[in-house]
Amino acid sequence: MHLQFRLLTIVAAVGLLACGKKPEPEAPAPQPTPTANQPAPTPPSEDAAAKAAREQAERDRLAREAAEKAAADRATALQQLVAMIHFDFDKADILSDDVSNLDRKAVIMQANTGVRIRVSGHADERGSDEYNLALGNRRAGAAKRQLVNKGVDAGRIEVISFGEERPLDPGHDEGAWGKNRRDEFEVTAGGESLVLPQ
Amino acid sequence: MIRFRAALIGLFTTAALSVSGRLLAQDTTQAQEGVRVGIEYRPGERPSIVVLPATGRDSARNVLLRDLDYSDRFEIIPVGSEGASTTVNYVLLRSLGADFGVELADVSGATAFRLHDMKTGTMRKEQRVNLPAPGDPNFRMTVHRIADEIVRSAIGTPGYATSQVVFLSNKRAYRVDSDGANMAVITPDGDEVLSPAWSPDGKRIAYTKFAAGQGSIVLIDVASGQRTVLAPTTKALNFTAAFSPDGRTLAFARATEEGTDIYTAEVATGCCLQRLTVGRYSDNLSPSYAPDGRRMAFVSTRAGLPQIYVMGADGTDQELLAPFDYGVTGSSNAPEWSPDGASVVFHRDVDRSPQIFVLDVAGRKVRQLTSSGRNEDPTWAPDGKHVAFVSDRSGTRQLWVIDIITGRVRQLTFTGGVRLPTWSRRF
Repeated sequence: MHLQFRLLTIVAAVGLLACGKKPEPEAPAPQPTPTANQPAPTPPSEDAAAKAAREQAERDRLAREAAEKAAADRATALQQLVAMIHFDFDKADILSDDVSNLDRKAVIMQANTGVRIRVSGHADERGSDEYNLALGNRRAGAAKRQLVNKGVDAGRIEVISFGEERPLDPGHDEGAWGKNRRDEFEVTAGGESLVLPQ
Repeated sequence: MIRFRAALIGLFTTAALSVSGRLLAQDTTQAQEGVRVGIEYRPGERPSIVVLPATGRDSARNVLLRDLDYSDRFEIIPVGSEGASTTVNYVLLRSLGADFGVELADVSGATAFRLHDMKTGTMRKEQRVNLPAPGDPNFRMTVHRIADEIVRSAIGTPGYATSQVVFLSNKRAYRVDSDGANMAVITPDGDEVLSPAWSPDGKRIAYTKFAAGQGSIVLIDVASGQRTVLAPTTKALNFTAAFSPDGRTLAFARATEEGTDIYTAEVATGCCLQRLTVGRYSDNLSPSYAPDGRRMAFVSTRAGLPQIYVMGADGTDQELLAPFDYGVTGSSNAPEWSPDGASVVFHRDVDRSPQIFVLDVAGRKVRQLTSSGRNEDPTWAPDGKHVAFVSDRSGTRQLWVIDIITGRVRQLTFTGGVRLPTWSRRF
């Protein structure tokens, strides 16, 4: 609309020049009135506020998404850090199934240098009550050794034993015993700011 | 009198029947290679004894009878109190086959306990006591003391009636008299208790106060309940405490991230922590002093599975104590040196179920005492002939007592989830 109007104005001017007469004082060309025939844009002040709000919302969304991802990552890291490992009867050797579990813990601990953990070793009910305290201690120590071998500072890992004093499963069969022969991992510091390494 | 004799003979027949019933109740054992199994018991070798009825002293007589029965050193010839003569008739007692007769007599207000010997026809022993009333807290222990003396007078070594067994139930320590009476809790509600051990003077219990995978050793005065912490720790688990026979030193296992090793400390001061074993890749725990205090038995995993070793009280001269076949014999744990020093009792897995074994220290030969159910954590009675242990043979974990001479077993506790007994010396 605006363009069409301007064209008409130019054509009119050319027609006047073509008469060869002294041009009359040029009538002031009709000024386009840009505001007249188009929708009113928002006033400059309103426009900036909206933009800022939009950007803020965007930043908020990104922040929220980042926080959500961080929380999810933190939960994942925490979950991987505290995932239990299990043992054969009367053994404290790390099972091959649990090697990747411990490797992952080591990676997380190296990416989160403020994190400290406590490993507690547990036994099933079958061995001697008191021997099981030593066995649980050895199981916790085995996990610690593995983590230290993977580069984690030994000072960040505490080991304790519960022997057979805290069964996960109160049953008296192999299913229960298998669950109870375990190391549990607890984050004792730095758990609130865990990041998930690649 | 004739009618009385007939009644006694009738009772004697009953006694004979109950003797064979007792044989059936023995803890039978099965043969195992390299292990001398079972109990050698030839009935009829034990002297027989009659406790004569005592008018007005039935309670004392009943406690005494039970003590003599539980001593397992006598054939008890039961006689009822009804219409019975309370005076000693040697001819009559001999006709019953009695070797000994016990008489409770009233001597100017006091009670005289007399042991009569049928072979010599004489009174062998008399003890006079002012017997407390049956409801008095000292009543039973007074009778127990007499019972132990009667056993000593008759066979040469005292009984064990004046002793108590401490055990764990629901994470607290309890004590119970050797005859199963007077069960009472010792430790406070807040303490999760492990590894209780009597002091030699019978006044204190050492135990592990378990807290979040760590534990300090606490000494509790049984009478007052007063507690002191020995060698407090927040970084280690101190457990399986054992007093030296002089009561001055406590040996215990200490689990740290380096492993589990045996240490000693002075009881009075908690001072002078001394390390006796250096495990590196093995664990060492459960020390038990020999009665001379010079050596201790302990458990070590240095050969793989836990087995029973011995060392000097200063940690020197460590060697295997209870022989085992590598790769064949199951785990062996919980050794306790006998009061006479001749034996060490422990439990060893047989087909993945623990059983009670006794080792002859001089001959280094082991003998299996149990085979019925799971049987573990044995502790010696002060007579060195009985052992209390945890067994699930009744369906729940309870304390049982076995006489290692005859193999007779009896149930001591009837509560639930009983663990880790420790038997006192005589009071």
